[in-house]
Amino acid sequence: MRPILLAGHERALTQIRYNRDGDLIFSVSKDQVICVWFSHNGERLGTYRGHQGAIWTIDIDPTSTLLASGSADNTIRLWEIKTGKLLKTWDFPTAVKRVEFSEDGTKLLGVTEKRMGHLGTIVVLDIKPDVDAEQADEKALTIVCQESKATVAGWSYLSKYIIAGHEDGSVSQYDAKTGDLIYNLPIHELNQPITDLQWSHDRTYFITASKDKTAKLITAKDLEVLKTYTADTPLNSATITPKKDFVILGGGQAAMDVTTTAARQGKFEARFYHKIFEDEIGRVRGHFGPLNTVAADPTGKGYASGGEDGYVRVHHFDKGYYDFMYEVERERANKLAQAQAQAGTATA
Amino acid sequence: MAPSFDHLREEDLDEEDFDMDEVDISDLREKYEVQLEQGYDAFVVIDGLPAVTAEQKPKLVKFLLKKLNTVGRTSEDAIFMPLGDDGMTLRFAFVEYSSPAEAAAAVRQLDLVPLDKKHTLRVNKLTDVDRYGREGRVDEEYTPPAIEPFQEKEHLRWFMADPAGRGRDQFVMFRGDTVGVFWNNEKDQPENIVDRQQWTETFVQWSPQGTYLTSVHAQGVLLWGGASWSRMRRFPHPFVNLVAFSPNEKYLVTWSNRPISIPDSGHPVLSLDDDGKNYIIWDIETAKPLRSFAQQDVTGAADDHAQKKPAKFPWPAFKWSADDKYVARLNQGTSISVYELPKMNLLDKSAIKIEGVMDFEWAPASVRRDGVKTYEQLFCFWTPEIGSNPARVALMSVPSKQIVRSLNLFSVSDVKMHWQSEASYLCVKVDRHSKSKKSQATTLEIFRVKEKGVPVEVVDTVKDTVINFAWEPKGDRFVIITTTEPVGATAVPPKTSVSFFCPERAKGNAVGNFKHLRTLDKKNSNAIYWSPKGRFVVIAAVGNSQSSDLEFYDLDFEGEKPEAEKDLTANLQQMNLADHYGVTDIEWDPSGRYVASWASAWKHSMENGYHLYDFRGELLREEAIEKFKQFAWRPRPPTLLSKEEQKQVRKNLREYSRIFEQEDAERISSADVAVVEARRRLLNEWYAWRESIEEEVDEERAALGLPDPEELLRKKAEEIEKARAAAADAEKAEEEIVEELMEEVLEETEEIIN
Repeated sequence: MRPILLAGHERALTQIRYNRDGDLIFSVSKDQVICVWFSHNGERLGTYRGHQGAIWTIDIDPTSTLLASGSADNTIRLWEIKTGKLLKTWDFPTAVKRVEFSEDGTKLLGVTEKRMGHLGTIVVLDIKPDVDAEQADEKALTIVCQESKATVAGWSYLSKYIIAGHEDGSVSQYDAKTGDLIYNLPIHELNQPITDLQWSHDRTYFITASKDKTAKLITAKDLEVLKTYTADTPLNSATITPKKDFVILGGGQAAMDVTTTAARQGKFEARFYHKIFEDEIGRVRGHFGPLNTVAADPTGKGYASGGEDGYVRVHHFDKGYYDFMYEVERERANKLAQAQAQAGTATA
Repeated sequence: MAPSFDHLREEDLDEEDFDMDEVDISDLREKYEVQLEQGYDAFVVIDGLPAVTAEQKPKLVKFLLKKLNTVGRTSEDAIFMPLGDDGMTLRFAFVEYSSPAEAAAAVRQLDLVPLDKKHTLRVNKLTDVDRYGREGRVDEEYTPPAIEPFQEKEHLRWFMADPAGRGRDQFVMFRGDTVGVFWNNEKDQPENIVDRQQWTETFVQWSPQGTYLTSVHAQGVLLWGGASWSRMRRFPHPFVNLVAFSPNEKYLVTWSNRPISIPDSGHPVLSLDDDGKNYIIWDIETAKPLRSFAQQDVTGAADDHAQKKPAKFPWPAFKWSADDKYVARLNQGTSISVYELPKMNLLDKSAIKIEGVMDFEWAPASVRRDGVKTYEQLFCFWTPEIGSNPARVALMSVPSKQIVRSLNLFSVSDVKMHWQSEASYLCVKVDRHSKSKKSQATTLEIFRVKEKGVPVEVVDTVKDTVINFAWEPKGDRFVIITTTEPVGATAVPPKTSVSFFCPERAKGNAVGNFKHLRTLDKKNSNAIYWSPKGRFVVIAAVGNSQSSDLEFYDLDFEGEKPEAEKDLTANLQQMNLADHYGVTDIEWDPSGRYVASWASAWKHSMENGYHLYDFRGELLREEAIEKFKQFAWRPRPPTLLSKEEQKQVRKNLREYSRIFEQEDAERISSADVAVVEARRRLLNEWYAWRESIEEEVDEERAALGLPDPEELLRKKAEEIEKARAAAADAEKAEEEIVEELMEEVLEETEEIIN
């Protein structure tokens, strides 16, 4: 698995996302530029310029038409992917830490920072999935986080709930229509912030990463913790791989805690765990700073990681990855294949 | 549940862990309350005075004052000596001191002190007189103390019986604020036996035979034991820092750097005599203090060198003889005080005077010397050169105080004494300097304690500095580590050499002369860890940030032996090399089967956790644990099998090992089956959940009439495709194909044929 090194950013990466087709990679960094790359060869397709501060977050609508980005310049911006044209800018009182499109691309949520007398909020914006349409100025909904500010948030399946991860380690479920809080559960260790929240393919469950050195797989419907993955370092990001039942975790000792003994201490590796058995399967080295973000190709062909070191590393899985199976998995696969073959002969 | 002293004193305890009836504080409370009401604490009552006339009274007062002022401050005005009807004094006096502490001191020191030949002073606190002196306060009739009915106690050696029947050993781990005890499960997760938050405040410690687990708190020391891990004993030494047991777990020494200060309200266990002391020797069985001692200033050798160093307290200050009968303390430069237990009186009422004595060490076992029939315990000590007298290393027998053997040495700069575990040998490492004091050399002098006349053998002269020495337990081989330069403040510690020594082959049961076996150069190792059963040894680089090697050696390798070493009783072979980054401590389990190494958060915060190896150095398990502080194997009491029975076991070892191997294999395969079974269950659960949730979402989606995002993508793709096709069509329509044929006559020639 030889990675492609994307050296297009000048500062630490903050988020990487694949589009739904898996052919494009969008990356944002503290250097105020959004980059888009071809995932298969790492060629840069272009950049989106305009933000006046570090960009914290990015998301792509399901049809790869529109791009939303949130930045420390207190704006969410909407771009046309194809042309790079800035379509709309929404202003907020504080920095925007997370944006996410709903599954049909008609809604966008943004998480705003708590600062300067403003409480952290989750805002919802209505989006017209048309590049020529005039986008509404008003927010469709604002959820104020009274207790502990939200650090990450996302839309569940059918845009039914908004799920948010908080600075105090808890996870909340809100009604996406009314903004009412349904649950707030202390999922991670108290006061260990949740650093990432990424969805499964069908948004019925999600994975959270936390500074408490664990990642957890949680159902969207009733916030039940299905699995826990324990690492030996604070985590910044976690993602679920399609096709294979794995999860990828990224993190590493924060720069201030890293000793001079370098890579050995830093634990700057992407860690693969088995999604169902919770076992650690392998690690991928390469970054020389903590991993700030990991993203899996929705088509299951590879993954990308972005580090504090300013590099994006794009990996394409090789044969061994696809062949790897636990005995019980192989058993199940064989059984399914057999059943299919039988069904096939029966219909024939 | 936090088993600390704070909690033990509270009355509203509801834990079943300790019995509130045990903690009797009623007397304390009573005392305390009485004192609050009265405030006559500075008064004492003196009885036993002679009866004198009013004229003689001032004389008596003056005379009495001399005595009274030896312990505190009082004056003539503060002495009230009432006169009786007959004009004579009533043979008692009230005295007010300037503080309650002085009054207490007066009671302690002046009571029963003779005033003259006929009269003896009786001094009591006024408050005590008030409390006990009044009619009815003290019961006139003697009531024998109630003897509590016998209660069956838990078996304290339960840990020797592994419920799994595998003879596993226990260990304790202290990580974060939690202390837990576990069964060692080799490669697998250790099996937790008990896990408690805040079980100790500073550290935990096993008693030498593994009976008790010691926890250390600001209020004192607690011992825990039995299968329920209940509190067995309490030793309330305030601000205790360190604890040491006697070898047979009969006694306990506690030490605090803060002198004990007994509050006015008293202490439930300690008395005012213990005020100002640093050490307490306790009887474990009764949990009562036997005697307390103050700290000695270690500025005995008052040269400039000693003053520069921060005050160092020798620990253990009190050293125990092998059978718990004696405990001794060094009075550096003058004497050794040997106390007899359990009375804690000085042996023959005086310390053993040894001029210049620098250090001493008890034999770790009761020795049977050749030709000596009487009971004795041995210790060795050394004295430096004083004037023209040579330095001396000697063995002394107790209780006879006879010098058994002594050895004179010259040009000595330092001496270290190392006993072999059975006290068969004593190795004295002598650092000598040349006359100019420029160069150093070390010799090893070995006392063969069990042989007739205690012969001494000089083994070798080592040019380098010996930084470590260790005897093989129950054996007769040893390892030393030397280094070229004295260990100083250098960035990179100098390379070290590891040397192995063993006796020559000799006829019969005799042990031959000690010979150098082999030296391994250019090492970073600084620590030696012998297996408690001998034969195997781990040489490691501990507490070194550059190197962290663990080398596992076998001294009875069952393979080919080098020709040059055929007369030696060892065959050295390195079995394995391991690396544990940041290792700070290493310990063998008591059976000699496993070695644990750990990186403690007390020393550094990098990669804290432990590794577990087998005796061959195969890594069995490694676990990184945040804030990992301490690891300790639970020691085992000595075996109950006789020599013959042990021999029998050794003879049938093959038979036993066959059974054990079979059991191991069965266990592993059944464990594998269990793992696969668990995985199968997880997998099925997962897919069952997926199916149900997918169905649910599909239904909801249909009910809400929402599109599938995949559908959106397809639509968009179609749109693009359509647009592209349309564009292509349009292009096609616009285009017109024009074909032009050009013909050009370049040249024309006519040729006439014919």
